[in-house]
Amino acid sequence: MKCSRCDKKAVYAGQGQNYCKSHFLEYFESKVTKTISKYELLKKGDKVCVATSGGKDSLAVLYMTNLYCKKYDIECFALAIDEGIKGYRDHTLDDLKIFCKKYEVKLHIVSFKEKFGDTLDNIRDKGLEKNKKPCTVCGIFRRTLLNRTARELGATKLVTGHNLDDEAQSFMMNTLLGNMSHNASLGPITGLSDNDKFVARVKPLYFMLEKETRLFALLKGFKVEFAECPNINMSFRMTVRDEINAIESKLPGAKNGIINSFLEILPILKDHYREQKKNRTFNYCKKCNDACSGEICNSCKLEEELVLIKKK
Amino acid sequence: MKVYIEKDDKSLEIKIGKNQSKSFDGKSLLEKLKINPSSVILVKNNEVILEDELLTEKDEIKILSVVSGG
Repeated sequence: MKCSRCDKKAVYAGQGQNYCKSHFLEYFESKVTKTISKYELLKKGDKVCVATSGGKDSLAVLYMTNLYCKKYDIECFALAIDEGIKGYRDHTLDDLKIFCKKYEVKLHIVSFKEKFGDTLDNIRDKGLEKNKKPCTVCGIFRRTLLNRTARELGATKLVTGHNLDDEAQSFMMNTLLGNMSHNASLGPITGLSDNDKFVARVKPLYFMLEKETRLFALLKGFKVEFAECPNINMSFRMTVRDEINAIESKLPGAKNGIINSFLEILPILKDHYREQKKNRTFNYCKKCNDACSGEICNSCKLEEELVLIKKK
Repeated sequence: MKVYIEKDDKSLEIKIGKNQSKSFDGKSLLEKLKINPSSVILVKNNEVILEDELLTEKDEIKILSVVSGG
């Protein structure tokens, strides 16, 4: 099959169009740039922190954000979290260091061990109270470290590599679990709160499929070897991911349909939950002083649990 | 045909049936291996291909996974 725009052989077919290598790269870069501009994800004067792991999504988003920031003279740097997952994160971080050197991006790396006292591998192996899964611990600590470190480094925006598949999965997971209020916090710009303790999170790959992102990384020659987190089998996300992929193969465009429908109701959800939270005053964690809903934030609660386990 | 499945880090030898030799394409291969097309990229002899590309016994195929690492 030929490219819809020239005589070359197509490497990708999507939404009624076929693309050769060069037209696919052009399509990808143009769509990401339009997303950044349309949703005002990045602006002149921002200090941009790109949350990155060295995987395909984060290398693609780092490449695109760096390109955009250089074009519009916006300060940009990369931040990676080393959770301490042997045989997985150590490899992706090696790839990331090579990438940042090549594209001249300043890279900061912070680790669970340095900030929370232990690696995720050790936390998982020592056993977790209340049947907590490693993905839950990882999620809470990662979110905290990304926000806290980005803020300490003076960032005004925190870029993440979430793509259309991630977002469709999150929406379906929240919906299946009846957590509609969590859906109000999704979207190209994340969060409901204007609190200055939170760095605004933005998602330039919001409209890019996971397949498109991997193809972009492959065709650009980024060193991305397939590596799956050893804990992923325990994840509810994997079940939802496989089901949505099965629907997509029977009904091409279904993932786009989920996101387009979600974006139609997002303003209503945001208004609804903002109204509910209007009179809520923020508490500040008694231990770390980060904004939270209770007296102690989830991350500090988790740290307390882990200290208790160590003492046993 | 030599087939490498990245997700499982597994190499296979696939035989194309005689009655399929003129119509065996990427889609047929994925169906045979029960792999969802939206979760992979096909590479034939080091070039990215679409699923409708015909395959022969001489081809070397890589099936690259597009899913996130978790």
